Amino acid sequence: MQDDAALLSISGLRLSYGATEVLKGLDLEARRGEMTFIIGPSGSGKSSLLRCCNRLEEPSAGRILIAGEDITKPGANLNRIRRRIGMVFQSFNLYPHMTAAGNVRLALQKVLKKSRSEADAIAMAQLDRVGLSGHAHQYPAQLSGGQQQRVAIARALALEPAIMLFDEPTSALDPELVGEVLKVMRALKDDGMTMVVVSHEMRFARSAADQVVFIAEGRIVETGPPEQIFENPQVQRTRDFVAQAEH
Amino acid sequence: MDALITQFFNLEIMLKAWPMMLRGLGMTVLLCLAVIPLGLAGGLIVALASTSSSRAVRWTTAILVDIFRAVPPLALLIFISAGLPFAGIRLSPFAAVCLSFFLNNSAYYGEIIRAGIESIGDGQRQAARSTGLTALQTQAYVVLPQAIRNVLPDLVSNTIEVVKLTSLASVVAFAELLYSAEMARSVTYNASPIVMAALMYLALLWPAVRFASSLEHKLKS
Repeated sequence: MQDDAALLSISGLRLSYGATEVLKGLDLEARRGEMTFIIGPSGSGKSSLLRCCNRLEEPSAGRILIAGEDITKPGANLNRIRRRIGMVFQSFNLYPHMTAAGNVRLALQKVLKKSRSEADAIAMAQLDRVGLSGHAHQYPAQLSGGQQQRVAIARALALEPAIMLFDEPTSALDPELVGEVLKVMRALKDDGMTMVVVSHEMRFARSAADQVVFIAEGRIVETGPPEQIFENPQVQRTRDFVAQAEH
Repeated sequence: MDALITQFFNLEIMLKAWPMMLRGLGMTVLLCLAVIPLGLAGGLIVALASTSSSRAVRWTTAILVDIFRAVPPLALLIFISAGLPFAGIRLSPFAAVCLSFFLNNSAYYGEIIRAGIESIGDGQRQAARSTGLTALQTQAYVVLPQAIRNVLPDLVSNTIEVVKLTSLASVVAFAELLYSAEMARSVTYNASPIVMAALMYLALLWPAVRFASSLEHKLKS
């Protein structure tokens, strides 16, 4: 696969909760090594879109290709697909009964069948990558929100995913802890990780995103580089949202 | 007062009954070692089935749980030991007790563990599944350890009830602690062995009761 090819390719994606359609036919491409930033008002379907990408939600129609593999086709091996897709949640979702290292180790041992010592070495390396090797043996309750989210990032990275999905990674954090998480995300981008980020951190989007996607009411309104979306939006709806978001 | 002491706290009688009572206590412990693990295992299956994604499995489980929670354990035991032989199924008293306790306790333990599973937020499951863990691995390594911890005081309390309920086995002539006390009482025409049995239950269960209280305390803080 070429370097500039789309790593994530979504076409005609629809999702319904009962009678309500929350995603109304989305087409989206995220290129390898790029950070795609998804913005939009709450309830617009941003998180749902992300959760379709590893089938935590079942799309009602459409196709999602990751690294050329159709993850929406019937009979797709979800567990194999999911370990290639790292996911970071708004509320961290660390396992409270395991240490930071234990959180990172679990899937390495149970999914990738690594030995305890192998898994331990990887866990320590990944925790080091997010600046938390000194906290490996602490439990989530002993860590700050920012530290917990960094452990969650390490947990996802440990499986060497092809792509990382971030679902409002800083929304549950106190303002002074947001920076440390964004710093880790920027370092990941510099390492060439392909990322899709749902977030309200507009300033971060401006400086770090390669592509910004504005979604409203289950549809993509506008897609473009950050300069376009934030400085020169082509659609009135985008203009209103950006003006309001930056007040 | 004297009559009370001779009839209920007669040391001489107690000493005489001691070997028989000790055997009875041994049988009670043996019974507990069989029915508690059986009930916990059954309860785990019930809990997993009642949180299953299949509606048919959930409903079937709910009906069975309702039935076995509503039927008095003594009635169930008598039916199994006296009724089943008419269907050609003849169980030893020990097996009959084990079966009836399994049915009854699985329902109770199952409800407790289910409450524990339901206390674990969906985010935990989603995080586990997003790293490629299967549904079963997610239950085993992520959900159940937290769920069991959350309901540990209830599990211990229920276990204490189960231990006391093993005295029901006396009605099918299984020579556990209460049955032995009854035998001793009928041969000595003296109720002291019953008091003795009560004291033995107390000695057996008091540490468990304390443990349950301290657990509850610890989890609350």
